[in-house]
Amino acid sequence: MLKALVIDPGKCTGCKQCELACSLEQEGVFNVSKSRIRVFDFHEEARFIPYTCTQCDEAWCQQACPVNAITTTDDGVKVVHDNLCVGCKVCTIACPFGTVNYNASTGKVIKCNMCGGDPACAKICPTDAIVYADVEQAGHSRMEDWAKKTDSGAQATA
Amino acid sequence: MHHVILGAGPAGVVAAETLRKLDSKCKITLVGGEGEPPYSRMAIPYLLSGDIDEGGTYLRHDKTHYDDLDIKYVQANAKSVDSKAKTVALDGAKDLNYDTLLIATGSSPLQPPVKGIDLPGVSTCWTLEDSRNILKTAKKGDSVVLMGAGFIGSIILEALVKMGVKLTVVEMGDRMVPRMMDDTAGNMMKRWCQEQGVTVLTGAKIEEISGDKSGLQVAVSNGDKLDAKLVVVAAGVAPNIDFLKKSGVKTGAGVIVDEHLATSAPDVYAAGDVAEARDLSTGEWDVMAIQPVAVEHGYLAAQNMAGVPTPHQGSLNMNVLDTLGLISSSFGSWQGVKGGESAKLVDEDGFRYLRLEFSGDQLVGGQAVGMTENIGVMRGLIQTGYHLGDWKDKLMKSPQRLTEAYVAASQGVTHV
Ligand SMILES: Cc1cc2nc3c(=O)[nH]c(=O)nc-3n(C[C@H](O)[C@H](O)[C@H](O)COP(=O)(O)OP(=O)(O)OC[C@H]3O[C@@H](n4cnc5c(N)ncnc54)[C@H](O)[C@@H]3O)c2cc1C
Repeated sequence: MLKALVIDPGKCTGCKQCELACSLEQEGVFNVSKSRIRVFDFHEEARFIPYTCTQCDEAWCQQACPVNAITTTDDGVKVVHDNLCVGCKVCTIACPFGTVNYNASTGKVIKCNMCGGDPACAKICPTDAIVYADVEQAGHSRMEDWAKKTDSGAQATA
Repeated sequence: MHHVILGAGPAGVVAAETLRKLDSKCKITLVGGEGEPPYSRMAIPYLLSGDIDEGGTYLRHDKTHYDDLDIKYVQANAKSVDSKAKTVALDGAKDLNYDTLLIATGSSPLQPPVKGIDLPGVSTCWTLEDSRNILKTAKKGDSVVLMGAGFIGSIILEALVKMGVKLTVVEMGDRMVPRMMDDTAGNMMKRWCQEQGVTVLTGAKIEEISGDKSGLQVAVSNGDKLDAKLVVVAAGVAPNIDFLKKSGVKTGAGVIVDEHLATSAPDVYAAGDVAEARDLSTGEWDVMAIQPVAVEHGYLAAQNMAGVPTPHQGSLNMNVLDTLGLISSSFGSWQGVKGGESAKLVDEDGFRYLRLEFSGDQLVGGQAVGMTENIGVMRGLIQTGYHLGDWKDKLMKSPQRLTEAYVAASQGVTHV
């Protein structure tokens, strides 16, 4: 069964340990600006929302890549291959979630790669706002529904 | 069932792969007009700058990819199509019969009517063969003149600078990328280039090119006479439709299609740079010569060819450009719409600019310079047509809160 990050914003306290864990795991530094997950703070509404790539099925980033540098692992994760990425950034404008970003220091794009199957954000989250679980579980569907709205072709009718 | 695809760029290749996914038994022939494996023009700049070799430009890297999918790849040019007899005449290979046909022949660079444009040492930058020529002709330290600072010209600009040549750019418009960015952005980019040592002449025309292989002279409308080892022409493109003249397939600027990407001829479809398909922002039918649109068209056309009727709701125009480290992007109706409102954030010294365009409380377009973080949300908001409600007012005051607005919208934090 495919696993994914299941995010429950209701449980998020805004501690941002996920951002630190991500930047350490991915970039080797404690620097939240290098994190591939971001916690948004809606203080007027007193809500925190952790936000990262949903690994969508028909991934826009993957389809837009001109040199096939984004592939899907057996676990359904979309990963960027640095040796193939030319840094053209088309995926960064094609992803309607804005979760593929350009890293000027390497000249490549970066996105959540699920840390190879053991995501650091989920491991560190103290309140289970982020868990690594089966995709069917609730919480994931909202972004997927949203994703469908972005599709430039209507869903097939037959 | 025999599907024939003319053109082995991103539109053609994605169509062929999609057809195979939908039908494991059909026969698929992919015809490419250049003597290369299917490749991506977009990767050419990175070949020029030495970041990749030719293999790095290939659309698919597995050598047996097309064989594995039982897609027959034929290197030949289509000379003509007969949509009544359902045949394609090829130059350099046996003619083909088809059940469905996809025209995905892309576009070709325009040759502006300038004296000397056909001299050796003057080259377009459109194909792998062009890039080999450019690499052969211009070496580090040589003077090079680039005609055109539109989107493609500006991409080539960066590659030429990385090659180490001394570059002068001549653009007819009053700023850089006049069809992608407004004057604030286009002039900011020009100033940035000048500060990096690249001469950018705007509002200027190349009037004549003279000389020979040992050296060219370029006469510019402002009176400048420039020496050049190489002149690169990036003065726009036009769809490759000449071979369709007597085919029964209707053409305008490009191949005219309906919302299923079907042409006027039965079982003939078109996709990519060659097609005049729907622009999501304007609702008009237009040629949109960009990579993401080529892929979208290729995918949708294949669905329709395979008998899975899938309408195309329109593609969003979008571009991203890296100009010597200054990254810019634009989306949708970036120049604004009638009766709409716009929010701007300008930081001339910091080379940062953000402009959002609204219609009511919906985002319909945007531009950014020097800002890349989560930039894809512009597409998300424009394409979903999300009603921003009170977030619209927040964005009018603080456009930089765009990603927040998007997260709020997609996660249901709104309308408090
Ligand atoms: C230098 C450069 C940089 C670019 N950068 C970007 C970028 O950053 N972002 C972006 O969105 N777009 C960019 N583009 C544009 C992008 O490459 C095109 O939009 C895209 O290639 C269109 O895909 P396509 O499949 O429609 O056509 P093409 O890729 O042009 O493919 C057309 C195919 O048809 C073949 N063909 C033509 N005529 C015939 C015929 N008569 N018979 C058989 N085959 C034929 C050609 O040989 C080719 O295989 C760039 C283009 C260039 C040249």
